[in-house]
Amino acid sequence: MSINEDEEILYAEEVYTRASWKKTLLTLFLFIMVLTLGVLATTIGASSLGISESLHALLAELIPGEEVSHFAQVVVLQLRLPRILMAIITGMSLGVAGAVMQGVLRNPLVSPFTLGLSSGAACGAAIAIVLGVGILGTGQYIIMINAFLFSLLTMAVVYGIARIRGTSIETLILAGVAMGYLFSAVISLLQYASGNEQLREIVFWLMGGLYATKSESVIILIPIVLFITILLMRYSWDLNAMSAGEEVASSLGINVSQVRMICLFLSTVLTASVIAFTGIIGFIGLVSPHLCRLMIGSDHRYLIPWSGLTGALLLLVSDTIGRTMISPTEIPVGVVTSFIGVPFFLYLLVRRKRRWWQ
Amino acid sequence: MKLSVKELSFGYGSTSTLEDITMEVDEGKIVSLVGPNGAGKSTLIKCIDRILKPRKGTVFLDGKQAAMLTSKDFSKMMGYVPQSTHEVFPYTVFDVVLMGRRPHIGWRVNANDVKIVAKTLKFLGIEDFASRYFDELSGGEKQKIAMARAIVQEPEFLLLDEPTSNLDIRHQLEVMNIVKKLVLQRRISAVMAMHDLNLASRFSDIVVMLKDRGIYTMGDPVSVLTPENIEKVYGVKSEVKNGHMDRPYIMPLEPI
Ligand SMILES: Nc1ncnc2c1ncn2[C@@H]1O[C@H](COP(=O)(O)OP(=O)(O)O)[C@@H](O)[C@H]1O
Ligand SMILES: [Mg+2]
Repeated sequence: MSINEDEEILYAEEVYTRASWKKTLLTLFLFIMVLTLGVLATTIGASSLGISESLHALLAELIPGEEVSHFAQVVVLQLRLPRILMAIITGMSLGVAGAVMQGVLRNPLVSPFTLGLSSGAACGAAIAIVLGVGILGTGQYIIMINAFLFSLLTMAVVYGIARIRGTSIETLILAGVAMGYLFSAVISLLQYASGNEQLREIVFWLMGGLYATKSESVIILIPIVLFITILLMRYSWDLNAMSAGEEVASSLGINVSQVRMICLFLSTVLTASVIAFTGIIGFIGLVSPHLCRLMIGSDHRYLIPWSGLTGALLLLVSDTIGRTMISPTEIPVGVVTSFIGVPFFLYLLVRRKRRWWQ
Repeated sequence: MKLSVKELSFGYGSTSTLEDITMEVDEGKIVSLVGPNGAGKSTLIKCIDRILKPRKGTVFLDGKQAAMLTSKDFSKMMGYVPQSTHEVFPYTVFDVVLMGRRPHIGWRVNANDVKIVAKTLKFLGIEDFASRYFDELSGGEKQKIAMARAIVQEPEFLLLDEPTSNLDIRHQLEVMNIVKKLVLQRRISAVMAMHDLNLASRFSDIVVMLKDRGIYTMGDPVSVLTPENIEKVYGVKSEVKNGHMDRPYIMPLEPI
């Protein structure tokens, strides 16, 4: 059975093509916006560096022969830039992982942390902070490595438990929530048992933030984040089909349990890699996929990159405000994110006009 | 293409739901599965579509074992329309139908895929819904969209699970006419689980009556839809008349 080619352009074809173009252009626009705001953010900060001086310092890296002061170079390239890049990739990872997890679990209330990831990571970090031991030896990186490995461990346990009952979405979520409570209990116990200094460190880790960013972390993370994001985007079609239910997806030739496992694993690695460096940064992973669904619909081919870019934008703006508003004191980024994100989110939710892109 | 089911058995958990099902579907035929609630109609359809894995027995497509095909190749031959579709997230009608092209495309949709979807929407008379959101439509419209998704798969067989339940009489007839038109124009075959014996009678070439995990009887509507068979299978007294186009018209009287 086949349908012959026809010269006539059909109405539905036109509507779809137009919508696709709009969505592609909007994605491009969002990307440019992230870049622009990223550059702008390098010009603001605690030290009294002017805008032109900051931009010069950036340009000097790209164009040889440009003269700038050593001070400007240190401030812009070594202090501000790594942190800005970190905000972008962290926000992007959380946005992408959130969109994928919501799609895989067919649940709009899911975030990258729903399956117990954040509590697992925090528990790993707290063990390293209080007991000074990590899964892989000791040293300056044990907190990060512990947090990362505990995230993966949590996912493995949750997936293993759910597998006993045929990996249904309900068992996955329930097992994840239960494991989350268990790890939180361990964290409370460790906090109770720890000294002042350690307690402070745990609390900071739980609050999350980008203040401790080093250039090396950014260099490690960029390839990981880009690679996993591209891998995940290749599953867009399968995620679209799976949202119509397992039976329909499987009759479209999709191996549902395999796709589910791969996507959960990849988004776990993505989330775990960034929160190992930043601590728990909540809200973005839940809200940016949601915002994007309200704005461009649920087609994962657009939703995944959009959610990533929106997450990046949200975290970049929040962190910039957090570090500059009452400098030299910082407002924790989680606080700013919520103050900016929640009103915007509620506004869209109430207005609920989902079709401005058409 | 010809479909044959040989000695197929299936059970959920430790129970037994289907035992020793053997039946054939010839090219260009409409086959209805009828039987009381829980007889296993939906289960049989899912076994044929490899959504469920039979415990025993084989499904053949033109003499070749269906289980040996890759899931992608298999999904190019079988289109499945579930009893009801529920989308958790907002998708436009066009996007929902486009998902049916999944077996044929990689990551990029080409102009041909878009054209096939647009033509199918037009064929079903739902072109105007293309940019509407799926979850905002009525039951009858949703049913047509689910059918469109299976049609753009360009399958040889269409499997439909109670395609007319929950529809008003106009939509019931429209949906059945679509199936009939597809079968006639494209020489595909349709297997439907049917609730409404009169629609089954009117639109099918073969009626398969299921009872107690097995096939009670099968054949053309006149020989299967008799008061005796209906009494045995459904436990209902009925009167069967000669209806439209000489097809049996069933009037249920009372349960026994
Ligand atoms: N997912 C399931 N798990 C366990 N038993 C099921 C499941 N689906 C159906 N059954 C059982 O299998 C039998 C056949 O069901 P089904 O194929 O849905 O019947 P029909 O479609 O003819 O009404 C029923 O007894 C039903 O209770
Ligand atoms: Mg059924």
